[in-house]
Amino acid sequence: MSLPKLGDRDLRLDLFRGLALWLIFLDHIPSNIVNWVTIRNYGFSDATEIFVFISGYTAAFVYGRAMREQGTVVAGARILKRAWQVYVAHIFLFAIYTAEISYVAHSFENPLYHEEMGIFDFLQQPDITLAQAMLLKFKPANMDVLPLYIVLLAGFPPLLWMLLRAPAAALGASALLYVLTQHFEWNIPAYPNGSWVFNPFAWQMLFVFGAWCALGGADRLSVVILSPVTAAVAIGFLAFSFFIVLTWYIPGLDALVPRWLEERMYPIDKTNLGLLRFFHFLSLAVLTVRLVPRDWPLLRSPWLYPAIVCGQHSLEVFCLGVFLSFAAHFAMVEINQGVAMQIVMSLLGIVIMVATAALISWYKAIEGRSPRSRPGPPGATLVGGGV
Amino acid sequence: MRRIVVAVLCALSAGVAAAKDGNECIAGAGTVAPEFSLPHVASGIAKNKLDIAVIGSASSELTGPGGTNIAYPIWLEQTLRGLLPGVTVKVTTYTRARETASEMGAKLPRVIAETGPSLVIWQTGTADAIRGVDPEEFRVALDDGVDKLRAADADVVFVNMQYSPRTEAMLAVTAYADAMRFIALKREAVLFDRFTIMRRWNESGVFDLYGATRTTNVAERVHDCLGRLLAEVVVSGARLAPVVGKGTE
Repeated sequence: MSLPKLGDRDLRLDLFRGLALWLIFLDHIPSNIVNWVTIRNYGFSDATEIFVFISGYTAAFVYGRAMREQGTVVAGARILKRAWQVYVAHIFLFAIYTAEISYVAHSFENPLYHEEMGIFDFLQQPDITLAQAMLLKFKPANMDVLPLYIVLLAGFPPLLWMLLRAPAAALGASALLYVLTQHFEWNIPAYPNGSWVFNPFAWQMLFVFGAWCALGGADRLSVVILSPVTAAVAIGFLAFSFFIVLTWYIPGLDALVPRWLEERMYPIDKTNLGLLRFFHFLSLAVLTVRLVPRDWPLLRSPWLYPAIVCGQHSLEVFCLGVFLSFAAHFAMVEINQGVAMQIVMSLLGIVIMVATAALISWYKAIEGRSPRSRPGPPGATLVGGGV
Repeated sequence: MRRIVVAVLCALSAGVAAAKDGNECIAGAGTVAPEFSLPHVASGIAKNKLDIAVIGSASSELTGPGGTNIAYPIWLEQTLRGLLPGVTVKVTTYTRARETASEMGAKLPRVIAETGPSLVIWQTGTADAIRGVDPEEFRVALDDGVDKLRAADADVVFVNMQYSPRTEAMLAVTAYADAMRFIALKREAVLFDRFTIMRRWNESGVFDLYGATRTTNVAERVHDCLGRLLAEVVVSGARLAPVVGKGTE
């Protein structure tokens, strides 16, 4: 197995997307002590922001080149094909989820949990629920990220066209949509009620910002990104957000937060990508770019290979992670739920994710479709490669 | 390590209660001491009249063999009567399956008018999670509810979700549990952390919450313990309240 090479592809993207996938997996295992390592416990944003930003970045990187070289129609068609693949992956995950929940509904009974059994109600109306699931309106717990991604990809072709011609205007349009969404509370309805947990009209801003950075925006911003003032502001903001998160857990600390600040700050909205979450992500990103240079030798070392290879096959690894989090929970319920078991399940899940990603790389290599052996667009795996 | 910490906390906080009845579920619950005071409960006790309303969904109801109500509000009432001799304690329940926090909030005026409670125990969250209510809407409903109750001179004790290991991966309650803890801290309201208590019971083997059963044996004992712990919280919360003297502050 060859280690990832440093080409024109920025391995940092793969590294951090791989890490984000691990964190998403860990966060999806309930009552898991290993969850304490995940970034959502230390600040406003979480792994979802990293995932969406990097996905926008790589989408623009791969399809931007395709659009220049192969034309708008071909690149647009490839993007839509990718959206379709993500859709199929989502429906596959839904089938696994339904199998698990049906099993539990059938085998578990306890009067104490009469109320919780309400989540099985949807099994009584498969006619409605299955159709709603295929329309992406019915989304069970922890299955909200892929639908967001499908919508973002489906809307990406015209946006990419615009980003290549007038990047500033495209970014401005995206920001305007974000602002209008906050103001008019636009969102896509969900079933049985409510609306999407990740509002695509709001989250698109992070995706588009990632795409804009990939198409030259990062270079234009490099003076700002690398300035010590920016770094200081970012460190200050991370410290501030860590302190605010502490006040949610430790009674008494709360008194130190002035009321005017509370009134402006809350709620920190995940559904609509609240600005504090956005800034928290930007702070993390700015410091990361400073601390981890593009030609960082460790990126080619075996130590980071596990995360990088996961990031290179992120659609497959993401789906696998959702499945593994179900499976880990299932094993904990059926066998043992002690702390040791939680740690073992968390590590085992990550090992399986890495092994699967390595296997996919190997398949691509033997089939001559490796990102490195193929001329033309470098294969970003979530978005382009290996189709 | 964690066990030791829990054990120490138990010894410190719930030790008194455990010694009193020797019941391991009380000790195994860990610390349940309220963070904030319950002044209206204190003044109710001072007047020898304590009216409590329980608002909740299906996990506040439990019917045993023969149709008798064996849910935690009954045990709460019994325990309070024992702890507060001479005080007329009355617990009225307003439970309805599948009701969300904002639906419960809408009926608060009726509850206040009917029972004029010193304390409302507000159990909610699970129905919102099942029905996929926006966590922000849930948070606003709790916040508004606190306004209504405070305006009616009633204290509030929030009760969060049950710990339900079997359904944990399928029912995402974290956002709602976080919202409730957040409002409790912001509004200085007492939170009865049913989720953590039940999880401790399960971890330490006091109750097996994984087992499938058709009988109500475990459920009844769980509700019994929850009711007594709640009573403990109510009484301690009242003790935290500054003594209201005549003429003085």
